[in-house]
Amino acid sequence: MENYKIIFQDIYKSFGDKAVLQGLNLSIRRGETLVILGRSGCGKSVSLKILLGLLYPDRGKVYLDGEEITGMSEKKLVEVRKKIGMLFQGSALFDSLTVGENVAFALAEHSNRTADEIAEIVDNNLKFVEMEGTVNLMPSELSGGMKKRVALARAMAYQPEILLYDEPTTGLDPITATTINALIRKTQREYGVTSIVVTHELDSGFSVADRAAVMESGRILEIGTIAEIKGSTNEFVRTFIAGAK
Amino acid sequence: MCACLPGAREYRRSVRKNQALNDHFHWFLDFLHHVHGITEMFGRSLVLSFIKPFYLRDTIEQMYHIGVKSLSIVLMTSIFTGLVLALQFGHEMSVYGAKMYTSSVLIVSLVRELGPVIISLVVAGRVGAGITAELGSMAVTEQIDAMRALGTNPYKKLAATRFLALSIMLPLLVAIGDFCGMLGGWIVSVTTLGISTDYYWSNAIHYLFFSDIFAGLLKPFIFAMAIASISCYHGFSVTGGTKGVGEATTRSVVVSSILIFILDFLITKVTLGAV
Ligand SMILES: Nc1ncnc2c1ncn2[C@@H]1O[C@H](COP(=O)(O)OP(=O)(O)OP(=O)(O)O)[C@@H](O)[C@H]1O
Ligand SMILES: [Mg+2]
Repeated sequence: MENYKIIFQDIYKSFGDKAVLQGLNLSIRRGETLVILGRSGCGKSVSLKILLGLLYPDRGKVYLDGEEITGMSEKKLVEVRKKIGMLFQGSALFDSLTVGENVAFALAEHSNRTADEIAEIVDNNLKFVEMEGTVNLMPSELSGGMKKRVALARAMAYQPEILLYDEPTTGLDPITATTINALIRKTQREYGVTSIVVTHELDSGFSVADRAAVMESGRILEIGTIAEIKGSTNEFVRTFIAGAK
Repeated sequence: MCACLPGAREYRRSVRKNQALNDHFHWFLDFLHHVHGITEMFGRSLVLSFIKPFYLRDTIEQMYHIGVKSLSIVLMTSIFTGLVLALQFGHEMSVYGAKMYTSSVLIVSLVRELGPVIISLVVAGRVGAGITAELGSMAVTEQIDAMRALGTNPYKKLAATRFLALSIMLPLLVAIGDFCGMLGGWIVSVTTLGISTDYYWSNAIHYLFFSDIFAGLLKPFIFAMAIASISCYHGFSVTGGTKGVGEATTRSVVVSSILIFILDFLITKVTLGAV
């Protein structure tokens, strides 16, 4: 238990009659980068949202640092969420705010830092994701890859212990995807965060992760090192890997 | 927690068994669902308006968007309402030889009834639709999730600020609109009814009581809370992409408009009896 930063324990979640998560069990070690691979619609984004407390599971428990977070009040969840940064599938930048205001959002909301201090952190974060000089642009003026980078800068602004990446490279050209993957590794290296990367792109996933998990129909079919997953005997995992090639 | 699951399954089975019944009544269940959602949004916005942090900047920004930017449409509609009403009243009342009283009838009907209702309808169309569309597109692009993920309560930052701004601005807009309506009536009275400027205004003020002003400003205050709750509720609960945003916006304006008429009836009934 101590080695694990995050534990999903037997999670069930349905929307109406549609069962999405059906007994999800998954443990993420402190400081590792775990990639969750799975087909579109298997429940990857829903799992991340449950971890953030944005969705509530019908059954099961989620632990963070050994503390159960399912069933916590919205107020207590705020403290949990400050530990987690999330890069949303569609970036989800606030389109009425500038790039700078987006990155500054959590700092302006929760910290007592002065405007100058915040501006400095924003500059540093934008530099980290190689987006310096974009502070005053609006999100609508950015390309998809640029949005993802700004969203990463925003997620990192509060120096979270955990980073969740929902499809960080989907829909990007291979070169941009490679730079995003490099960023994920750099973040991991420099900040020592625990990360979960969700994707259906095998190569991207394997290139950033320490371990991989294959998900199907709301369950984890197989979890292990990348070599173990590649050599899996599970029928579905093999077809998934073959199909993705 | 597990104990509620068999219950849920039971419920689903009974729902399926009563499918025919369910089909028949599903609009009613939907209706109750929306009433619950809107009431909840109202309660949340009201309570959160009094809890820190206060988001003063966001509220002022909303007051500008809601109030100042609605001024031109409010001016236009209320001046023309005043013009038309004065023509109608003047014409009808001259039959009875009472056209001198046009301004007294005009001011009471404007302040008590037509000002609040017409301007609130206009604002429900302009501002209510805008709120639903904005919050709805934020919901479908996960911006509301992102806000929660960053530790901010979107009901506070987005709903309560709009609720407060609308509750302050709508009564103000109505007061301005009432005055413009009276200006419209004055133009007609002087030009076509042959009533003097002095007589028009002194007669109007003579017949305007405090209770009229009270009822006339209470209405837009309550309508504002209704419009804000309805449009925020519909915005937050959008699903199904951009098409969903359009549908929610339409529904939000329709529901607000109907509720304005219902509330207007109720408030009139109460205030006429009481004051
Ligand atoms: N808020 C919601 N309401 C209803 N259904 C939902 C909701 N969120 C997700 N779903 C459904 O749950 C299922 C899983 O969704 P999820 O977003 O987790 O998929 P995913 O694994 O992330 O897929 P993708 O790779 O396409 O992003 C989908 O069928 C989706 O329609
Ligand atoms: Mg997804």
